[in-house]
Amino acid sequence: MTRTRAGLVVFALALAAYAFVAAGARAGLLVLIGLGFGLVLEGLRMGFAGPWRTIVTDRDGRGLIAQFLAIGLTAAAAFPLLAAAPDELFGAHAPVGLAMIGGAFVFGAAMQLVMGCGSGTLVNAGSGNLVGLVALVGFIGGSFLGTLHLNWWTGLGALPVITFQGLWGANAGLWITLALLGALGALVALRAAPGKRMPPRRLWFAAGLLAVLAIANLVIAGQPWGIVYGLGLWGAKVAEAGGADLAATAFWSAPGNAERLGESILTDVTSLTNIGLLAGAFIAMRWKAAPGAQTANLTAASWLAVLVAALVMGYSARLAFGCNVGAFFSGISTGSLHGWVWMVAAFGGSYLGIRLRPILLRPAAPATERVPA
Amino acid sequence: MSAPARPSRPVVAFLALALLATILALDTLRSPAVDLFNAPPPVALGSGAAPSGAHCSGG
Repeated sequence: MTRTRAGLVVFALALAAYAFVAAGARAGLLVLIGLGFGLVLEGLRMGFAGPWRTIVTDRDGRGLIAQFLAIGLTAAAAFPLLAAAPDELFGAHAPVGLAMIGGAFVFGAAMQLVMGCGSGTLVNAGSGNLVGLVALVGFIGGSFLGTLHLNWWTGLGALPVITFQGLWGANAGLWITLALLGALGALVALRAAPGKRMPPRRLWFAAGLLAVLAIANLVIAGQPWGIVYGLGLWGAKVAEAGGADLAATAFWSAPGNAERLGESILTDVTSLTNIGLLAGAFIAMRWKAAPGAQTANLTAASWLAVLVAALVMGYSARLAFGCNVGAFFSGISTGSLHGWVWMVAAFGGSYLGIRLRPILLRPAAPATERVPA
Repeated sequence: MSAPARPSRPVVAFLALALLATILALDTLRSPAVDLFNAPPPVALGSGAAPSGAHCSGG
């Protein structure tokens, strides 16, 4: 066990050193932050999709309250930082629009079918969950396909970008954000069953660590924590390797995106934290004495449903300007109205996804024991 | 019909890492090496430079 753990430490350091040597100090630091995200999410069993389900199915609000706490702590630092360095840092600010709302709703439903959101899919795959691995492939494909049609979807109608800082200033915007998060936490506590309101110590710890890592991400990368952009870029890289010409597409010909596509993945900040996140989840899983049981096996039709749902999840996340991390966590914690609208729409979709789960995800018959004749 | 045996968590995790390594290797073969002399400063805050990254919230 000691040898395994020593190997895992070496693996983590080698990954960060590789990014440092190949792409510079910022890349190395972002891989380390990603590793931290993976260790916290898998090691302390904190997630996004699960608590959105358990508040509905079990009236368990502990995970959701921990999410609000993490977002509030991040906002408390992010608002002043963005106000102090507007030329060096930017928030996860996006417009509210028809496609964004629809995308968030569909994302919410799909994430309950693949049993993980954006970060959850990376964590699940990295920690050896077979559904997570299938979902990761679909998510990469879907988030790339979403980039091909994004302009058409956003053309259906969108408001200008609206931020709490723009509406009320940085100080008042922060206090309103914290008040809303507090009110939501109180609402969840009221809805939750007795004994399922107060987060356990590990979730308090996880929320604090997530906030520290998210703030470090903002300070080092100059932008908040995100997931979907990196996965869409990976899909675009694979498509180009397969012969696709993306130079004519509106999304990939835009200057910033064309630059990312033409350069190494190691220059993309979202990809760097994604790499670290997946590796961090792997380390957290292997660190344990027993890695845990594989997820329940599914019928062939259910595996197909997982793959399709993951494709849809990636596609819709692109339209929604982010997933639970890029839109919900980072959008709200940096003052974007779209983060709040995303949360409402995705929660509605999540409710639908919970209802669809038993219909679309059916366990396969257990393997029969071979009985000697 | 009984379900086929499923791979263990470590095996699936290694497959996920292999997927990641394949994408990185493909990218390394096709993309130019990063010019470290033009690499961004280690920390964006205080660098005086505008962030150059792309984010999920961007169109």
